[in-house]
Amino acid sequence: MAAIIAASDLVKRFDGVTAVDHISFAVPEGIIFGFLGPNGAGKTTTIKMLTTVLTPSEGRLRIAGHDPVKEPLLVRRAFGIVFQDPSLDGELTAAENMELHGVLYRVPRAERRERVEALLRFVGLWERRDDYVKRFSGGMRRRLEIARALQHRPRILFLDEPTAGLDPQTRNQIWEFIRGLCHDENVTVFFTTHYMEEAERVADEIAVIDQGRIVAEGTAAALRQETGGRTLEDAFIALTGHSIREAEAAPVDRMRMMRRVWQGRR
Amino acid sequence: MNAVFILWLRQLKRYFRSRARMIGSLGQPTLFLLALGFGLGPTFAHAGRGDYVQFLAPGIVTMGILFTAVFSGIEIIWDRQFGFLKETLVAPVPRFEIVLGRTLGSATVALIQGSIVFVVCLAAGFRPAHPLLLPLALLFMALIAIMCTAIGTAVGSVLEDMQGFQLILNFIVLPLFFFSSALFPVPDLPGAVRLAVRLNPLSYGVDGLRGALNGGFAFGIATDFAVLGGLAAILLAIAAWLFSKIEA
Repeated sequence: MAAIIAASDLVKRFDGVTAVDHISFAVPEGIIFGFLGPNGAGKTTTIKMLTTVLTPSEGRLRIAGHDPVKEPLLVRRAFGIVFQDPSLDGELTAAENMELHGVLYRVPRAERRERVEALLRFVGLWERRDDYVKRFSGGMRRRLEIARALQHRPRILFLDEPTAGLDPQTRNQIWEFIRGLCHDENVTVFFTTHYMEEAERVADEIAVIDQGRIVAEGTAAALRQETGGRTLEDAFIALTGHSIREAEAAPVDRMRMMRRVWQGRR
Repeated sequence: MNAVFILWLRQLKRYFRSRARMIGSLGQPTLFLLALGFGLGPTFAHAGRGDYVQFLAPGIVTMGILFTAVFSGIEIIWDRQFGFLKETLVAPVPRFEIVLGRTLGSATVALIQGSIVFVVCLAAGFRPAHPLLLPLALLFMALIAIMCTAIGTAVGSVLEDMQGFQLILNFIVLPLFFFSSALFPVPDLPGAVRLAVRLNPLSYGVDGLRGALNGGFAFGIATDFAVLGGLAAILLAIAAWLFSKIEA
């Protein structure tokens, strides 16, 4: 199988601090790939480079056959993304949020209508399509974001902490939707998570990143075997140690705090 | 161009759906109009300057536009972290189209808000001297709206979080308003204040609008037009450039 995401010797430095330090990995087409690591390990920085938002300091990247630095618009057409923070417009309805996405991605009108209906039906939101998103629960919003991300038939779906803050029932349901949709349409999934048992259950392959370097790669079973751990969580701790990473609060963390204060939890 | 249109439309929908905000942001200009207009009115008349509400109204309309426009530009900070804007940053659309659509949308909203303030002014007794010049007034209002939204967009693209909000309010928005001849006539100002007013781009907006509504331009209609139009274009370009540099 050909690699749909390939990174070689990828480096990102911010003012002398190396956030991502010569990492290389390849994701075969059609699999679910888990990208794990402690806080501040470089997960989000890597996703941002893969999705054309950040320019790498060094190294080479191929996303669906294109270079994200030289051909950002072609790369952007090839992937869909669900961000860690919500990215829906609460003042718009579910259908309007879908329409905005469709127009921005130039999905032809007729196809858009068909596609939006199919996707919203799949994630169980078709009956709620004319409701404002601000009235949706956290799980409903996530489902809508996943449906939206797949609207333009991307080949890759990036998910940054897709189930953070959701209860176990909702988390399971979200993964069912992701697996169902991506299997049907042969979409490659690249996700990060803090829930180890979740990664163990859904990921075909896993890479563990720590302090900007990839410290292990393989199936969950292989990682367990390599470290002698009973679960993936044991393996993760064996690989990345017990110390808690005290990352300095970045501006975005302060904003998340403010958001919680003002709007309550999602 | 489709992307520009849909993002413009989004701003309008958001505006018309949040009535509370629409009414809330009318409070401040109305308060200024009533308190200053009727509070200082007798003194103004006593000094032989005529009707203060008549003089003040264009300044208050400008105020309504200024606040709505700048804050809706600054909302970018929030929008790009927790809102839909984040999505647009990875969409296969040039950033220029995104910033153009959003800015024009916010400017349109500010223009509508300014028009509502204008109606409030009418209710308070303001009468335009030349009703036929209303389209000219609307044109000046649109230029003010574009210029102020561009300022907000530029600031919102540079700031990382809302911590700098007070700073923006106290060091950009309020000085722009207070030193713009919105509240007082220019001719007999002390030198330093007069210089500040002349250097303030918003002064040309206030003057243009006052000229169109009351007759009599302090700086001349051509100057007002040139300064305002030129600055609106330059600030829009700067805002677009800063926005394109956002690394979300």
